[in-house]
Amino acid sequence: MSTIGRIPDQDRLTAAQILSGLMPRAEAVLIPLAALLAGFAAFSLFLLALGKSPAEFYALVWKAGFSSAFSWQNTLSRVSPLVLAALCVALPARLGLVVIGGEGAIVLGGLAAAVTGTAVANLPSGLGMVLMALAGMALGGLWIGAIGALRIKRGVNETIASLLMAYIAIALMNHFVEGPFRDPASLNKPSTAPLAEGLRVGDMPFVAAHWGVFAGVVACVLCWILIERTTLGFAARIAGDNVRAAQVQGLPVARLVIGFTALGGAFAGLAGYFEVAAVHGSANASLIAGYGYTGILVAFLARHNPLAILPVAVLLAGFEASSGLIQRRMDLPDATILVFEGMVFIIILLSETLYGRLRIFTPGFWEQS
Amino acid sequence: MTTLKRLNRRHFLGTSATALGAAALAGLARPAIAAEDLTVGFIYVGPKDDFGYNQSHAEGAAAVKEMAGVTVLEEENVPESMDVQNTMESMINFDGATLLFPTSFGYWNPHILELAPKYTDVRFEHCGGMWAEGDPANAGSYFGYIGMGQYLNGIAAGHATKSKKIGFVAAKPIPQVLNNINSFLLGARAVDPEIICQVIFTGEWSLAVKEAEATNALADQGCDVITCHVDGPKVVCETAVARGAYVCGYHADQSPLAGDLYLTGAEWNWASVYTDMVAKTLAGEPIPNFVRGGLADGFIKMSPLGPAVSDAGRAQFEAARAEIMAGGFAVLKGPLMDNRGNVIAADGEAFAETDVKLESMDYLVDGVLGSTS
Repeated sequence: MSTIGRIPDQDRLTAAQILSGLMPRAEAVLIPLAALLAGFAAFSLFLLALGKSPAEFYALVWKAGFSSAFSWQNTLSRVSPLVLAALCVALPARLGLVVIGGEGAIVLGGLAAAVTGTAVANLPSGLGMVLMALAGMALGGLWIGAIGALRIKRGVNETIASLLMAYIAIALMNHFVEGPFRDPASLNKPSTAPLAEGLRVGDMPFVAAHWGVFAGVVACVLCWILIERTTLGFAARIAGDNVRAAQVQGLPVARLVIGFTALGGAFAGLAGYFEVAAVHGSANASLIAGYGYTGILVAFLARHNPLAILPVAVLLAGFEASSGLIQRRMDLPDATILVFEGMVFIIILLSETLYGRLRIFTPGFWEQS
Repeated sequence: MTTLKRLNRRHFLGTSATALGAAALAGLARPAIAAEDLTVGFIYVGPKDDFGYNQSHAEGAAAVKEMAGVTVLEEENVPESMDVQNTMESMINFDGATLLFPTSFGYWNPHILELAPKYTDVRFEHCGGMWAEGDPANAGSYFGYIGMGQYLNGIAAGHATKSKKIGFVAAKPIPQVLNNINSFLLGARAVDPEIICQVIFTGEWSLAVKEAEATNALADQGCDVITCHVDGPKVVCETAVARGAYVCGYHADQSPLAGDLYLTGAEWNWASVYTDMVAKTLAGEPIPNFVRGGLADGFIKMSPLGPAVSDAGRAQFEAARAEIMAGGFAVLKGPLMDNRGNVIAADGEAFAETDVKLESMDYLVDGVLGSTS
């Protein structure tokens, strides 16, 4: 594996030898980092064209997103739904599926959790919380799993199906919240009945963010182990790289596709559960907050690596946390942050084509020089 | 968090006092404007130039900006999620805001209720009229009786319609919206009891495509005056005008969009409400936790009547407005049935604009074509 290990006859390593061992490994970090910086530079040009100061912009992003305990609270409070929604994109992506309808699973997961919450009001609250989370995950999993099943059994394009099913999910949620599950006391904002206080999820100790952040971290680590360290994950990666080869090898491709999409959907449903149990206290139209769509961005920027999702989600949450301050201080519209994210997103996607093409990341480049 | 909270006005006063002392030593002392400064934050759920709900609040914010000693912060397109809590805290912690106007209905529960106990020296003023005994003392809620404005719209519509059929594009069948629809029809029926009103619900507060479809459908069915209750009436307005229908406005003044086809409009008068609340705060007077008002109290106003309103229409409109301004006027009064044949008000029974029964309205009155479910 390492070049360093294969040179016992020399007393000291030359810089070239160290670099030839190091650079191939650094590729996965340096390329996205360079792309990120290029994105920052491109957006600076955009700001200059508008007659605004890029320095002020980045200073405000830093101030609002990362500079103080309050900034971190602001950033972290957005992280949980982003991480869980990103998993709903990343897991199917490892099988080569582009699922972009996580929003639907979040909304339905929230609805299922809220309705379960009213049903379990008489049970011990710990049990009730578990049942709520499971209900959210089950419905979310069913929703996105169905998209996987449509793909593998009927050849329906999963991207289109998931996007359209998100609209159906939102319409269903509105129907149930305004109809059968409406709390009669919610006059001007139709909602399900408010959760009992014991069923609400609070903040974590020392961190001003709810337990959903912890759940997101655990989910990412588990997904990484599943993909990188289990035979199931290995089979999924093979199927993702070459589905025909996987089928010829006798891998259970259909079950893998349905399983991974369902698991992704379950995490999105869990995001919906946390939105209801930690933030809103009931299900209503406020659940439709677009986290499912930002999750797509996070997953792609993280190149569908569950561990990379965490820092990327924190970065994007920090960007979004600064949106308000940028509106107020720089007199720029709220879409500024979206333009910024879009530019960074495109440049990072472009940088994907560079993998394996830059000679500085090959051991040979450094050994020759 | 406690240390951060000190970054507000009180802390600012402390540091600016020191700074002033230093400046005075240097012989550069200026009047302590900063010490009087009040920072006020306005938060909108949609764009502040939507010709509708958000614009009406932004117009109020613009009036506050004109006041001396006040700094105004604004943020638009803030969803009713954790985002609004973050925005409020950001305004408090970064900009030292001590008076906040989070203007969307859904900002109240859970968001304001969560933050108000945490920032007890900040005043939260919410639009929607939700405050009740037991809610945080540093939070308040206000709202206006805009149904009266839709009643006056109805009078203008009643004089303009030739088909005797008027239309209403509505977001959701909730009490506030139903009250507007009913008031609009009853205003028209005060002109001609034969008039009917077709309503179409879009199901969302802001969904341009459905709003355009609904407006076109109303025009297809022969409605020749159209009004609405959605967040931004721009699409309804422009579509109705393209179909040659008269328009009655809502939320803000849409006459720039509708031209000569604009009859009048029921507008919020937040400029009057907000300047009053800010003046009270500057003077150190308390703002009541629960404030409501109508036309007479300066909470709502009517757009100037358009050229299409006849002299007879003008006369009846002004007479009704005077009656409402005098107080105690009831739009809903017996004998009145809903459109399913149930009795809403017996003969002699009347619901004034302040009647709490109107706040749980779940019916459309006789003469409205449409269903609440």
